[in-house]
Amino acid sequence: MTMTQKILARAAGLDRVEAGQLIEAKLDLVLGNDITAPVAIKEFARTGVARVFDQDKVALVPDHFTPNKDIKAAEQCKILRCFAGEQNITNYFDTGEVGVEHVLLPERGLVGPGDVVIGADSHTCTYGALGAFSTGVGSTDMAAGMALGTAWFKVPSAIRFVLKNRFTDPWVSGKDVILHIIGMIGVDGALYQSMEYAGDGLNALTVDDRLCIANMAIEAGAKNGIFPVDQVTRDFLKEVGRDRYTAFEADADAVYSRTIEVDLASLRSTVAFPHLPSNTRLARDAGDVKIDQVVIGSCTNGRLSDMRVAARLLQGRHVAKGVRCLVIPATQKIYLQAMKEGLLEIFINAGAAVSTPTCGPCLGGHMGVLAKGERAVATTNRNFVGRMGHPESEVYLSNPAVAAATAITGRITDANELV
Amino acid sequence: MTANGTVFRYGDNVDTDVIIPARYLNTSDPAELAAHCMEDIDKTFVQRVKPGDMIVADANFGCGSSREHAPIAIKAAGISCVIAKSFARIFYRNAINIGLPILECPEAAASIQAGHTVSVDFDTGAITDETTGGTFQAAAFPPFMKDLIARGGLVEYVKAKRAGR
Repeated sequence: MTMTQKILARAAGLDRVEAGQLIEAKLDLVLGNDITAPVAIKEFARTGVARVFDQDKVALVPDHFTPNKDIKAAEQCKILRCFAGEQNITNYFDTGEVGVEHVLLPERGLVGPGDVVIGADSHTCTYGALGAFSTGVGSTDMAAGMALGTAWFKVPSAIRFVLKNRFTDPWVSGKDVILHIIGMIGVDGALYQSMEYAGDGLNALTVDDRLCIANMAIEAGAKNGIFPVDQVTRDFLKEVGRDRYTAFEADADAVYSRTIEVDLASLRSTVAFPHLPSNTRLARDAGDVKIDQVVIGSCTNGRLSDMRVAARLLQGRHVAKGVRCLVIPATQKIYLQAMKEGLLEIFINAGAAVSTPTCGPCLGGHMGVLAKGERAVATTNRNFVGRMGHPESEVYLSNPAVAAATAITGRITDANELV
Repeated sequence: MTANGTVFRYGDNVDTDVIIPARYLNTSDPAELAAHCMEDIDKTFVQRVKPGDMIVADANFGCGSSREHAPIAIKAAGISCVIAKSFARIFYRNAINIGLPILECPEAAASIQAGHTVSVDFDTGAITDETTGGTFQAAAFPPFMKDLIARGGLVEYVKAKRAGR
């Protein structure tokens, strides 16, 4: 069995499972946000179940349209707040404590190896970086999960990605690995499958790199993305206080539908052009693409390492005239640490706007929406038509180094050009 | 159970951002969502769609976000069925869970054009293009999913399960 299949077998109380098999699995965590949880809460009420299956295993994170963007958003947040209160939900985070959900949960030690996690948010696949089976679902699945503590799944087959060597370009990171992969296989290249990572290249990837790579598994159509548990993972888990977990390993004779090799040494900063995450090109080959806005943040690249990379480039330089640069640390902890390291001062002196944690502009919600004809480079995960605002605006996806370099020059720029 | 209506035809990778843009996600009211269904890909959709009509699309329909608002908007707009070459997995799941009929059938998608009149028999999975006379067979659902659909969706399934049915 693959690593994913082993986790699902255990959660379903079975000795083994096969690809295509329908199972019912016990859940370790059920997650929702301010957009998806209101529908889930409505559906939960219809099930007739009075209490959630476990008040410690439901997480409600209002991160999308918060701090409350308008009256309707405020009403949706109120629904979450009331439900969390009535149900004594342990993991409810309000403004002042909340962060971007897929950065917050690992930071709080709420997800770990062997966990089965569903979230009413497509980027729930992020936690596979820590060896969990974690997948995005809709609000009704979230409601059923809260009611029963289980979910039905069709066991996925898997693609194995063997990562080799180390990065040779100092500005290349996890984002480029996943953009490269999606560019290669397409937005449905891993449809319904697990993306399982292996190889000596794992040693070159930090936890932040892995969280970023797993985060965009959905952009290839995958059910989940997952990394083996090694010393890097264990050190992180210790740091965040998650000490009980079960690490699973794929069998040596696990069957994969295909194996794809990725040579980390050959990777260069990559950009996904409008309007698909698979429309990739190297940043240095982008041509002269003038940009109106840069966003550095999100569940994909809003972590401390991302802030540090951006600050290294923006220090002593200035955002180009005509460019709006938004920096959004993904949690309060990251925000505070960035402040202590002087990064926020660097951003502000460079002419960037720094925001409290929020998903904001990533989905065209608030805190940096685009007008007709405008273009943004963003460290986010999706660039479909209208993603960040007007349907006639454009979004280019990149790593934090390209985003920062682009903010400085005003056009898509590989950071090596500046340094 | 059957359905019959006029076809709205779209291509590959119709994503959840064009089905229902995020700027409308500060509501979960089906009627409000329906009013903006497909807005960023086809502004005329909401004016032209009539109850019973169908969407026919190519690969990876519904890709992107997990927002259940997407199938909710489509269903509330009056669409009786979505036929596609393939579906993105979260959309597929959500559609079954809320009772929006979906059928995977590459042959039907390849043949049926915009404006055609199509009828569908959900019990057999038979699709008929009444404009051309073409008939197609959709992939059958596994028994578990047929059961979910027959009960009316996941919430009904949960209720029945708790009652021991």
